[in-house]
Amino acid sequence: MIRLPLVLVFSALLFSAGVYGVLARRNAVMVLMAIELMLNAVNVNLVGFSAQLRDVGPQVFTLFVIAVAAAEVGIGLALVILLFRNRASINVDEVNLLKW
Amino acid sequence: MVDLLGILAAEGAEAGAEGAEHAAAAANWFAQHAWLIPLLPFASGAMTLFFGKRTPGEGAVYGIAGVGASFVLSLGVLLSFAQGGGAYEGTIEWFSIGPLHLELGILVDGLTAAMVVVVTSVSFMVHVYSLGYMRGDVRFTWFYTVLSLFTGAMLVVVVSNNVLQLLVGWEIMGVCSYLLIGHWFEEPVNSNAAIKAFLTTRIGDVPMTFGFFALIAATGFATTNIVETQEAIASGEVTTSFVAVAALMLFGGTIGKSAQFPLHVWLPDAMAGPTPVSALIHAATMVAAGVYLVGRLFEVFVAADPVVLTIVAIVATITMLGAAVLAIVQDDIKRVLAYSTLSQLAYMVAGLGMGEEGFTAGFFHLFTHAFFKALLFLCAGAVIHAVHSNYMSDMGGLRTKMPITFWTMVIGSLALAGIFPFAGFWSKDELLVVARDTNTTWLLVAFLVTAAITAFYTTRMVLLTFFGTYQGHAEPHEAPLSMTGPLVLLAASTSLVGFLGAPQLGAVFGQWVHIGQPHEAVFQPVMAAAGLAVALFGIGVGWVMYRERRVTDPLETRLGPAWGVLQNRYYIDDLYMAAVVRPIRDQVSSATYWTNQNVLDGLVNGAALVARASSRLIIWIDRNLIDGTANGLAQITGTSGGLLKYLQSGNVQWYAVALFTGVIVLAALFIR
Repeated sequence: MIRLPLVLVFSALLFSAGVYGVLARRNAVMVLMAIELMLNAVNVNLVGFSAQLRDVGPQVFTLFVIAVAAAEVGIGLALVILLFRNRASINVDEVNLLKW
Repeated sequence: MVDLLGILAAEGAEAGAEGAEHAAAAANWFAQHAWLIPLLPFASGAMTLFFGKRTPGEGAVYGIAGVGASFVLSLGVLLSFAQGGGAYEGTIEWFSIGPLHLELGILVDGLTAAMVVVVTSVSFMVHVYSLGYMRGDVRFTWFYTVLSLFTGAMLVVVVSNNVLQLLVGWEIMGVCSYLLIGHWFEEPVNSNAAIKAFLTTRIGDVPMTFGFFALIAATGFATTNIVETQEAIASGEVTTSFVAVAALMLFGGTIGKSAQFPLHVWLPDAMAGPTPVSALIHAATMVAAGVYLVGRLFEVFVAADPVVLTIVAIVATITMLGAAVLAIVQDDIKRVLAYSTLSQLAYMVAGLGMGEEGFTAGFFHLFTHAFFKALLFLCAGAVIHAVHSNYMSDMGGLRTKMPITFWTMVIGSLALAGIFPFAGFWSKDELLVVARDTNTTWLLVAFLVTAAITAFYTTRMVLLTFFGTYQGHAEPHEAPLSMTGPLVLLAASTSLVGFLGAPQLGAVFGQWVHIGQPHEAVFQPVMAAAGLAVALFGIGVGWVMYRERRVTDPLETRLGPAWGVLQNRYYIDDLYMAAVVRPIRDQVSSATYWTNQNVLDGLVNGAALVARASSRLIIWIDRNLIDGTANGLAQITGTSGGLLKYLQSGNVQWYAVALFTGVIVLAALFIR
């Protein structure tokens, strides 16, 4: 059985990669994918603790997260498509009209 | 006015109730209703004031009707008195101050009865005469208003039974005199004359007012009633010296109002007023009020030290002679008559100064003088009206052009000179007789000398006006009927009223007007002859000197330097000007001007400065502190908002960076 600290370290690395993607990537699709990475890091965490604590509750929660993430990606991609249609670009730096 | 009507109506009702207890002789209707006599002219004055301009004839009709009705009532009073009606007094309570009860009331005795007839008849004549004389005047209606008001005020003085009411009427007269002298106030000379008259008489009025206070004090502050006051003084409860001082202060009022030396200066200047006014106020009635005052309060003068009456007689003698001499040199016909008035008023005062014996004689002279002096003034007015000049050097030869005026003026002049059988003869004769009987030789001499001078200047006046050749430029013509009518009526009165005091006809006047026992008038052929002789002497000298008109007055060469002194009125006016008027005008008025400019204006300006400074401070606070706070808050908000807005960059990833940073910080805090 894989030991919990390894799982947590992996999860943390994964989350950090996601954070980096969200904060640093310019491509909107890549940002969405980075969000997925963060969600899945959380899922890994949940599953890891589920195994450690012998409890299925987190696993059920994980399934919910996956379902919600799927819906979220659907909406997110739809936004990206609308964005591309309007601006002929999916660079998030250029989407800065909502300001002072 | 309404109140007054109510009061007097109530008075009438009460007078009716009190009538029985008042007079054993049962005063009749006229005496009981004597309060109507002053009231009617007041009412007509008010009517003229309020409705005059809207009435045909500009309102003269009210005054003539009111005074005419008063005249009829006055005749009724005199007739009822002549039939033995007796004295009557009616009062109503006015108000009380502590123990002092003030009344409104009337006192009708022989003196009052004679006076009301004099005042109302002369006033009535003047009212009618003014129709012609004042025709077309700018303030015609106003003239009639004040004329009626004056008549009412004089009648208040005459009928009042207490000193306070008398004082009220006295002061209203003063105001009316002021208004009428200054009737043509556009000319500075006239308004100055009005001010001079008002202020000069006031100098006499102040001691008189204190004299009234002294009388009230003499009754123990119980009453202002004249009869009761005189009883209190006659009973000897007050010391003689106190009464003497009171009497002298009262005589101050006489000196002012009756223009006796040394306050005589206003009367000649008062001739600046319209001539009917001069006739009514400054010859016949108002100036006689001073004499009347002494007569009304005669018990006070008798009860006082004998020296008081001597002082009265001395003042009268100075005025009598001094004014008569001044009348000689005047060129203004009205000023001749004005100085003559001074002199004749002094006759009356001198008569009273001889004590109880002279009382009737003095008032008889007042009675006759009112008629012939009013006549003379109105004649002079007719002449002035015709030639448009006051100066006799512009007249002459008017005998044929104005026959009615000429003959009436001759009658008036003969009366003034004291020629039988005209009014002046009888009254002057009576004064001479009294002076002889009381052994006041110096007064007798003064009377005779004055009579001679009077006859002389009267002759001069008539000759210069009506004889010789006409010197003026206007076209003289006889006066209209409204003016000649009163002249003829007054000339008739002048011819007849003397017989009221004629000893041969029983001297009825002495039965009306007397102190104590009725005065027994006696005819002394010596005195009558002396009086006539000096009068004829004066006329003769006048005839010789002025029979032919000369360019320069013959007196001017004969009198030499004295002529200048007389022309300058003994320099008395100049003395007053230098000693009183200029110091007051220059020093006091400049001091008050300085005070006004520096102290009062300084206060006002200072207040303004303080107000301005404080308002500046408040503005500064408002602009800087209050507005500053509001603006500063807005500015802070604006500036901080302007700076903070850059955080809202629109770059979502920066938001996310901030979010994560926050999370990390919070996590670090919680974990620690």
